[in-house]
Amino acid sequence: MAEDNILEVRNLQKHFNLSNNRVLKAVDGLNFAIKRGETFGLVGESGCGKSTTGRTIIRLYEASGGQILFNGEDVQKMSGEKRKKFNRDMQMVFQDPYASLNPRMTVGKIIGEGMEIHGLYSGKEKKERISQLLRDVGLNEEHASRFPHEFSGGQRQRIGIARALAIEPQFIIADEPISALDVSVQAQVVNLFKKLQKDRGLTYLFIAHDLAMVKHISDRIGVMYLGKLVEVATSDKLNAKPLHPYTQTLLSAIPVPDPDVQKQRKRIIPQGEIPSPLNPPSGCPFRTRCPHAMDQCAATMPPFKEVEPGHYAACHLL
Amino acid sequence: MGKPILEVNNLRVSFKMYAGEVQAVRGVSFTLDKGEVLAIVGESGCGKSVTAQTIMRLIPSPPSYIKEGSSILFDGKHEISKMSESQMQNIRGNEMGMIFQDPMTSLNPTMTVGAQISEGILKHQKKSKSEAMKRASELLTLVGMSNADERLHQYPHELSGGMRQRVMIALSLACNPKLLIADEPTTALDVTIQAQIIDLLRDIQEKTETSIILITHDLGVVAEMAHKVIVMYAGKVVERGTLEDIFYNPRHPYTWGLLRSVPRLDSDKNAELDSIPGTPPDLYAPPVGCAFAARCPYAMKVCKEIDPEHFHVNDGHSAACWLNHPEAPEVEMPVGIGRGAHG
Repeated sequence: MAEDNILEVRNLQKHFNLSNNRVLKAVDGLNFAIKRGETFGLVGESGCGKSTTGRTIIRLYEASGGQILFNGEDVQKMSGEKRKKFNRDMQMVFQDPYASLNPRMTVGKIIGEGMEIHGLYSGKEKKERISQLLRDVGLNEEHASRFPHEFSGGQRQRIGIARALAIEPQFIIADEPISALDVSVQAQVVNLFKKLQKDRGLTYLFIAHDLAMVKHISDRIGVMYLGKLVEVATSDKLNAKPLHPYTQTLLSAIPVPDPDVQKQRKRIIPQGEIPSPLNPPSGCPFRTRCPHAMDQCAATMPPFKEVEPGHYAACHLL
Repeated sequence: MGKPILEVNNLRVSFKMYAGEVQAVRGVSFTLDKGEVLAIVGESGCGKSVTAQTIMRLIPSPPSYIKEGSSILFDGKHEISKMSESQMQNIRGNEMGMIFQDPMTSLNPTMTVGAQISEGILKHQKKSKSEAMKRASELLTLVGMSNADERLHQYPHELSGGMRQRVMIALSLACNPKLLIADEPTTALDVTIQAQIIDLLRDIQEKTETSIILITHDLGVVAEMAHKVIVMYAGKVVERGTLEDIFYNPRHPYTWGLLRSVPRLDSDKNAELDSIPGTPPDLYAPPVGCAFAARCPYAMKVCKEIDPEHFHVNDGHSAACWLNHPEAPEVEMPVGIGRGAHG
């Protein structure tokens, strides 16, 4: 494992067993690594397995196969003290700021709970830490005695971020942290994420479906489709020269807020819909919607290979 | 463009609540011509959905009240704000159609797709059941669903989100409405499906020349579909104009803020995104003066005291901001807006 990788995911699988012996392969063979201090964006449409990936990495789900290495250690083999340390080092910010905060706890209690569990701070020191955290995320210390329902969506998301930061993690998984927010508030929260990263040297796994926002915050981006990674590249490269037809489609489908550009550009309107992950197509998962699909695509899954240095894609055309 | 299909004049809608009166819409006026697509943009709580739902009289009263002096003139002859429920039932689904945001919850789960589409046709048109079903099948084909005859017998839960939104569009078009209100029609959909649905709506609009009110917070969707735009903030129209006016020559700081908070695919990654600081005002007690003043970086003394009227910029383009007053200081439009900003 490379020295500067904080997280390495090797052939990660998460299969859900459903009734009638059906198996839903939500995540099916992912390989990627995240460097210390960077932001790795994971994008894809609903049902592609991006949230399941995040939840499996932090062990909200147990993986069905593959390895997750955090700071060089196998996460799934951790137990006891090690597991507790891992829980401290990795935290999560959830999508829905309305559902992810306990409505019966004050903000101060929500933020302080982790500190108590991990025995970090108590008494006056804890109170001071909570005030400090609230200020860091752009709220103020009087907010500690209030309840979640007294806050707007953007403010709640700030509380969720403060909770994640409370136990001083190294790594934060943010699962669609801005998609429930208004555009102008989205920008506020993204700026906060960037500022906190700069101040605290955090590493982010940023999961979202909005490629424009992900591109803005991420250093590198992975694109998922039906449980598989189809492309990984730096965000600039992915935008300038997307290699996989799915990435090209995804980029082209984003409406540009500029009428002139809109009129001129040629768009790839994707055909059809995402197939059911219960019954995925043979070979390449994207072949049923791909404008370049060939016979070979139905036969075999294209290998995930390094096309250019640091730019990976899984497509038979490459 | 012919005569207006809809004229809304000084529309004011309030909700009487236990804690007081929420002034959700505070004097909205606009006209919509035949065959035109008007986008209403703004953040949650700005009153855009209440405006749209009031045009269809979908909000129960109480708690909502259309205030004295409001006027909604539809098709030059129907004064919507004064109509009774039974009069509205002849218009709703017949001359006006609506596409809701959430296709998961706005279709009836216990009725087949065919039954839901033909329900409106049977109510409003003198057609037999089999004729209505035939029309339903044609509509499903029009909205791009294959095997339309089979789909008629399916239930909503058997369809994907994109397919349900197509059913909803078919449903809203069933009686060839003159006006279609689309309330966040693509917000719940994935981006590739969104592209398909926008394409479909545009195609249908061109074919049928229906007038559309498009409510959205996504400026990208606006740029793809709309002819005219009104920007709403805290229950008021703060700027109105053509698509080009709003995107290339916006005159209200709130419009600037909205345009600048959208990340562009080619924007500088290291730069901070421009956000609008603060949150919208409480509509239980709207502020005196301009409602945006508290968040506006250009706010002057007058802004906090007197609410600005609309200043005329050019034909059809106006903005409710004191900066457009002849005696106001010159303020340059911030960078990142205007023609060519998106390379």
